[in-house]
Amino acid sequence: MGRRILITGLSSFWGGRMAQALERSGDVDVVVGLDTREPKLALERTEFVRADETYSILARLVRATRVDTVVHAGLIVDSTQVAERRIHELNVIGTINLLAAIGGADSAVRTLVVKSSTLVYGASARDPFWFSEATPRTAPARTRTERSLLEVEDHLGAFADDNPSVRVATLRFANVLGPDIETGLSRLLTLPLVPRIAGFDPQVQFVSQADVVRALRFAVERDLSGVFNVVGDGRLPWSEVVSVVGRPPLLLSPIGTGLLTAPVRRLGLDLRPEMLDLLRFGRGVDGRKLRSAGFTYRHTTLRALQEFVEAQRLKETVGETTPHYRYEADVEAFFRRSPAVVRPG
Amino acid sequence: MPPPGRSIEARPGGALLPLRPPAHPPEPEPEGRLTDVDHWGRSQRARDLVAKVYGPLYRHWFRAEWEGLEKVPAAGGALLVANHAGAIPVDAPLLMHGIEAELDRPVYGLADYFFRSFPGVGTAWARGGGVPAHPDNAYRLLHDEGQLALVFPEGTKGTGKLWSERYRLRRFGRGGFVEIAMRAGVPIVPVAVIGSEEAMPTVARSGTLAKLLGVPYVPLTANMLLMGPLGLLAYFPAKIRFRVLDPVTFDVPPGQDRYSRSMVFDEAEKIRQSMQLAVYDMLRRRRSVWFG
Repeated sequence: MGRRILITGLSSFWGGRMAQALERSGDVDVVVGLDTREPKLALERTEFVRADETYSILARLVRATRVDTVVHAGLIVDSTQVAERRIHELNVIGTINLLAAIGGADSAVRTLVVKSSTLVYGASARDPFWFSEATPRTAPARTRTERSLLEVEDHLGAFADDNPSVRVATLRFANVLGPDIETGLSRLLTLPLVPRIAGFDPQVQFVSQADVVRALRFAVERDLSGVFNVVGDGRLPWSEVVSVVGRPPLLLSPIGTGLLTAPVRRLGLDLRPEMLDLLRFGRGVDGRKLRSAGFTYRHTTLRALQEFVEAQRLKETVGETTPHYRYEADVEAFFRRSPAVVRPG
Repeated sequence: MPPPGRSIEARPGGALLPLRPPAHPPEPEPEGRLTDVDHWGRSQRARDLVAKVYGPLYRHWFRAEWEGLEKVPAAGGALLVANHAGAIPVDAPLLMHGIEAELDRPVYGLADYFFRSFPGVGTAWARGGGVPAHPDNAYRLLHDEGQLALVFPEGTKGTGKLWSERYRLRRFGRGGFVEIAMRAGVPIVPVAVIGSEEAMPTVARSGTLAKLLGVPYVPLTANMLLMGPLGLLAYFPAKIRFRVLDPVTFDVPPGQDRYSRSMVFDEAEKIRQSMQLAVYDMLRRRRSVWFG
């Protein structure tokens, strides 16, 4: 019998891609996706369930579908995407509800995979060059996103302790770059002038979009448990990143950077405090634990960046190349249930 | 017992010296890099540039001389430990330059993270081979990558001391460097330095000003008194001598989470003593501050 998998945050960038990847896998019987919004990617056999913001139907859904695996892909790690005020609600309360449903008496869930971020380590002058999964952060979290992620991970740790029958894998991803994903950081790299704090040239790491989905799948397939950093090989100084992108740098004052960039932030630029810390001190995480579990990366930090730059060049020349998709409930229902559709197998 | 897979050789003294193939050989650099900055932020090109400045300074100004350089391992990880002196200490760059020039292997200088928060300074320091002195960083350098790392256990207490306290070694922190060497299973190689005190002596210091600026100390040096602001950069041409002492190995299994605090402190104190005695001995033999 194949796996029965529930994906929370189906309409997020990662949720959709995870669903696509799992659908193609032969030993996955059922993929159910939960989100407040409609899916943004075309899906073959994933069942979409619309939820309210606090995921109140989760317990019922877990009971009814008898899923054995949950992929929690909906954590917000990029505060440029939602209002800061809502992050706590979405991340922390959403996770608490999810854990309550998974830990329920008639839950069949044995594996939980969570997509977290290396943001939990912060970025400060006192940091080690390589955070291992066990290294504590050196400065207290200042922003809502970071605090919410730390709280989520705290709940996950407690849940794993209380429910030894459920394997909990928390994957902390470094900054993601790829042809499709748009993050606060990738938007900075597409500006005519790329911001850099004068006098600082921190070392940064990236993980490629493809490796993110592969790592999540790997965690599902191998039933990993524990915390894992996911990061491409190598580190690059930010100045080199700017040169690879091929744009001139915009030097920001090292003193009063937060204050001076506040007006620009209003324009929607990602110069939030956690990004400014990154541009000042960089962040390095040690990805050897996942590698020794057997995972192999397709891209290094440098290659992830190059791939992003190449995709940007194409976009600038011909515009979007992926066709736009709109979810239509009737159409999806037709393809999934109508006797007129000939299904293989 | 050492973990399996680690080869050991018995030394005449009975202590075990692990032969160190690096646990994780450094990853090959991918193609398409635009700079040669390594994952610690060190750049060989930057180092070569520094060598252009420090080479003549090292040879002609300070006329640096080594004793026992052969005791520094030619391969594998080792933690170099030296005494630290002079308001803006010249011993660190000279020692790093010396080892790199004479032995042709990189040295990573472990320094206070405080460097990292200053614009320009942090980046320059990193490109030259400086690494923030976090225990994890030291462990990775020494154990995983088999590199040479240099540390000044006195820290700013050594460089901040006054002229009247010259060559009296401060306490060696809490002995953290010993614990790191034990955990990494690498020897400690003590280096005694003389001449650095006279290159830039501190005649007075201001605690209030230091607090105000958020720096460890604000010195008034003899160089500044004689040369004004230029004194911040200009060192007196004191003869610098380095003496490498016998490497210290520890008879404990590597890789432990923690080691007995009293043992660590004890070993640190022993190393400090041996360095202090070596410094006194070198001073006894020194006829002139300027000519050695």
